[in-house]
Amino acid sequence: MDCCPECKNNKSDLSLLEPVFKELADEKGSLIAILQQAQEIYGYLPTDVLRCIADRTGIKPAKVYGTATFYTQFRFKPVGKYLIMLCQGTACHVNGADMVLDAISSELGIGDGDTTEDGLFSIKCVACLGCCSLSPVMMINEETYGTLTPTKAVQIIRDIKESEANGGAAQ
Amino acid sequence: MSKMKIVIGQGSCGIAAGAAKVYDALDNAIKAGKLDADLSITGCIGMCYLEPIADVFTEEKGAVVKRTYVQLNGSDAADVFALIQKGDFENEAVKKYEISEEDENNLKSQTRVALRNCGNIDPENIDAYIATGGYEALKKVVSGMTQDEVIDVIKVSGLAGRGGAGFPTWFKWNAAKSSPGDEKYLICNADEGDPGAFMDRAVIEGDPHTLIEGMLIGAYAIGAKEAIVYVRAEYPLAIIRLKNAIKQANERGYLGDNIMGSNFSCKMRIKAGAGAFVCGEETALIESLEGQRGMPRLKPPFPAASGYFQKPSNINNVETFANVAWIINNGGEAFAAMGTQDSKGTKVFALTGKINKGGLVEIPMGSTLRDVIYGIGGGIRENKKFKAVQMGGPSGGCIPADLLDTVIDYKKLSATGAIMGSGGMVVMDESTCMVDMARFFLDFTAKESCGKCAHCRLGTKRMLEILERIVNGEGKDGDIELLEELCVSIKDGALCGLGQTAPNPVLTTLKYFRHEYEAHIYEHKCPAGQCRSLVTYTIDADKCKGCTLCARQCPVQAISGSVKNPHVIDTEKCIKCGKCIANCKFGAISVN
Ligand SMILES: Cc1cc2nc3c(=O)[nH]c(=O)nc-3n(C[C@H](O)[C@H](O)[C@H](O)COP(=O)(O)O)c2cc1C
Ligand code: SF4
Ligand code: SF4
Ligand code: FES
Ligand code: FES
Repeated sequence: MDCCPECKNNKSDLSLLEPVFKELADEKGSLIAILQQAQEIYGYLPTDVLRCIADRTGIKPAKVYGTATFYTQFRFKPVGKYLIMLCQGTACHVNGADMVLDAISSELGIGDGDTTEDGLFSIKCVACLGCCSLSPVMMINEETYGTLTPTKAVQIIRDIKESEANGGAAQ
Repeated sequence: MSKMKIVIGQGSCGIAAGAAKVYDALDNAIKAGKLDADLSITGCIGMCYLEPIADVFTEEKGAVVKRTYVQLNGSDAADVFALIQKGDFENEAVKKYEISEEDENNLKSQTRVALRNCGNIDPENIDAYIATGGYEALKKVVSGMTQDEVIDVIKVSGLAGRGGAGFPTWFKWNAAKSSPGDEKYLICNADEGDPGAFMDRAVIEGDPHTLIEGMLIGAYAIGAKEAIVYVRAEYPLAIIRLKNAIKQANERGYLGDNIMGSNFSCKMRIKAGAGAFVCGEETALIESLEGQRGMPRLKPPFPAASGYFQKPSNINNVETFANVAWIINNGGEAFAAMGTQDSKGTKVFALTGKINKGGLVEIPMGSTLRDVIYGIGGGIRENKKFKAVQMGGPSGGCIPADLLDTVIDYKKLSATGAIMGSGGMVVMDESTCMVDMARFFLDFTAKESCGKCAHCRLGTKRMLEILERIVNGEGKDGDIELLEELCVSIKDGALCGLGQTAPNPVLTTLKYFRHEYEAHIYEHKCPAGQCRSLVTYTIDADKCKGCTLCARQCPVQAISGSVKNPHVIDTEKCIKCGKCIANCKFGAISVN
């Protein structure tokens, strides 16, 4: 399946998808669920995985890609070990979420949607994590942090960096 | 009961505030034999500003006494509860966590229908729900009511859709019931897209069986054999709790074939959304359920005639369903007795922003905004001045201070230019810039427009560009008029509610805060002092003693200088957080 230079570069283990197809390939309207499970497996949606999904479901590759790109949940690039989901919903905005974004961007040297060169951190802005009463809020992997200030957010990131430097006990 | 019972609130925001750590601390203490108590969890009680919260039940002189402790800490929780167990309630270490009378009354002053069990029962245990009379309404319906009788009770109740539009629920049910065909679907909209609202999350996390029961009654009424819940992907805990509840309901025969021995059968499943606001619109939601890009369809045909895979379908919001079992149990009249002429029952609001007591609030329709914001919400943080409240999210608008006595009612709220919406209430104070607020929402809708209609796709983008220009101090004469013109044409040219209502945040801020737009454009000033391009922070070299405090506090290292020498701020780096001003003891830093 070397349709383009990109494909040559990504050689995902496609056998991991088999259980997903077994469960969902014949179900009507299951494309989004398949994409979600594939992203669970690979952390993002590599091109060869998308193509494999198209082959196995009989849905045209353009349509698979078109559907995947419509939804913000899907990623087409690998993410860092720590995915920082920073809320930019209304409540968080009113309480200064943009300053938190500026502060962590400046700390990590990356913007929304980017990953640091060492592959440790990615920043993704999202709209409302449903903890608005603790705004501003961010979620790093499974952990939620509330009532942030720029200083507090930067400190949390530095703590993670430090624990990584000391052998990487997660958070 | 002789053993002490401890119930810890474990909604998403409770967990974020540290409730899981408190739970673990107590659990460990129990396992180590240091504490003798039954530990369980519950959902969001609504007092999110007091999280982590625990209710303690003890038996005293034969009666069960409940005490509530708030803002607990994982670090000393085990010691505090050991004291409570000894009956040492007056101990200072315990007393400081006790809920204040004022906060307790806040909860009592609410009327809870949709949230009746939230924060009271264990959402992971079906028996806890059954013990409150759960599934009685379903039993009543499947064992002795006709479809029309059910629809009639809902009609009498006056229940209107809580997802935003406020359409009468009975009418939709009746239309779906009357549509020809055997294969019908009942769908629950749990996409909760309004950024700043979390009512539906709280219901699913705190009382999932109420949703299941309400949906089953709806499915019975319209004749559906399959029900689907479309849940936002950002709500992982809600999905876990709902899955668990569906499994339990299946095991107990409340779901599946021949429910409670009747000839009514219904399956239920969950579909996780994938992060697209427009999928909250019902026809886009159906497209998404079918595995497509979530782009709205032209109506008619309405979903009641042709919805999920072209079959008759009915879609309701989570909160709408959460009222249903209560209405069947208590009668339509009891529900209709609450509220105003046009709006019946209660409404749940998520109160957030610059408010003292943020959280979930359920009040009867007909209360005023003041009741909510200054009564239950406890007013504005830091005693600042209330400026406006945003209702209805990206489809809604800002209601200014002089309309605080507006009554909560679909028509009265629409008359202000805002809408009831799904229940987001974001409170803003004098430091919130209303032009920036409009820009914020247009940024949101421009990103979320599905792209089907040119007016919505391009119009919101053009409006955003103008608003960005204004908040950056580059607004031009004529920009306000251009915005107004775009508002009209987007409203006219958009297919779905997203585009049709996208101008509302601009229209309401222009209506009530036009002077703020003018100040940005003509004076290059942001009256609220929020627009960062229009303010700069500088250090007065004469006043600066070179104490270095500001430089150490600055989160982005924008301040440089050596000890005992005047410091300077690099305005390129400065994010205008105000931290330096707040910390300078010599008043050397100014903002203008
Ligand atoms: C852009 C857009 C987003 C919407 N988002 C939601 C939502 O997140 N939740 C919801 O229940 N209704 C939402 N709605 C309203 C639904 O289209 C629909 O009216 C509602 O789910 C019907 O349920 P109800 O009658 O119980 O309110 C949205 C509408 C539009 C136009
Ligand atoms: S109004 Fe906007 S969101 Fe709605 S269908 Fe048209 S382009 Fe899509
Ligand atoms: S306002 Fe904030 S970012 Fe700017 S110099 Fe002061 S502390 Fe640093
Ligand atoms: S707006 Fe940020 S959590 Fe809701
Ligand atoms: S999540 Fe606990 S009170 Fe809101």
